[in-house]
Amino acid sequence: MNCKGVIRELSNYLDGDLDGVLKVDLEHHLQHCEDCSMVVDQTKRTVEIICDSKPLELPSDVRSRLHEALHQKIKMKPN
Amino acid sequence: MVCATFMTQSNPDSLVWSTLNKLSSPNPHRLPSSVALADEHLLVAAAKSGDGAAFEELVNRYERKIFRLTMNITGNTEDAEDAMQDAFLKSYTHLQNFHGDSRFYTWLVRIAANEALMRLRKRRPNQFSLDEPIEGEDDLMPREIEDWEPSPEQRYAQSEMQGILKEVIAQLEPDYRVVFVLRDVEELSTEETAQTLGISIPAVKSRLLRARLKLRQKLNRYFRKGEAN
Repeated sequence: MNCKGVIRELSNYLDGDLDGVLKVDLEHHLQHCEDCSMVVDQTKRTVEIICDSKPLELPSDVRSRLHEALHQKIKMKPN
Repeated sequence: MVCATFMTQSNPDSLVWSTLNKLSSPNPHRLPSSVALADEHLLVAAAKSGDGAAFEELVNRYERKIFRLTMNITGNTEDAEDAMQDAFLKSYTHLQNFHGDSRFYTWLVRIAANEALMRLRKRRPNQFSLDEPIEGEDDLMPREIEDWEPSPEQRYAQSEMQGILKEVIAQLEPDYRVVFVLRDVEELSTEETAQTLGISIPAVKSRLLRARLKLRQKLNRYFRKGEAN
């Protein structure tokens, strides 16, 4: 596998969706290509960092309007 | 890479809601995920049987995440608020149509994503496409390959880091941004993302790869070794 092949299969590799032979080829390439190795590692960390980030606070006025609308809706749909 | 866990079915009973009230009290202890997931299932069951407070608890639980989702997709506070509000109201109205085939949160994410996409298309009609462009591979090759610090995110305060992530996601083209947000942030499967957006699975995979590579490149300038704080 060459560098283009690694980039093409990068997402499948990170998601664990790569078949056996392709995975072995890709990992063999990574052992010898510092650039691809860095790109794979940094892309993995990019997703992890974003995935782990906490949602921002909901502004209090936005939250108040949401719950007011919700209360109106619940009142209109009694069980 | 997807970190999602999926709920298992359990049989709710009427006594559980009083327990949930205790579990969901202010400053609750962090629950093991199996309890939290079962908890969601029980809240949904209570809400479906007409308990408005149970639905409001679900809203309390997910409002920040759904607002982040609608902000990430629309990039506009007014649209994000409208999309979030309509998503919660529609999910309440149509709660009987939720049959537990997925997590409730996943179902909610799909409703909210559609609300946000409607507003994005209205405001910027040419910026989100269901078409599947023919994309070559030549432009995929990464540029700016440099060493990163071992824990680059620790270089920044939490609020600063949130600002950086918000900015780099907002800079992505909407086609890529929406797929990335649904797959990697909201942890929908490839199939769920394709269904939600009405595009093919290969298109989801192609856009996700491009989004991830672009984000790596954008974060490179913040995370590379020797970058001043």
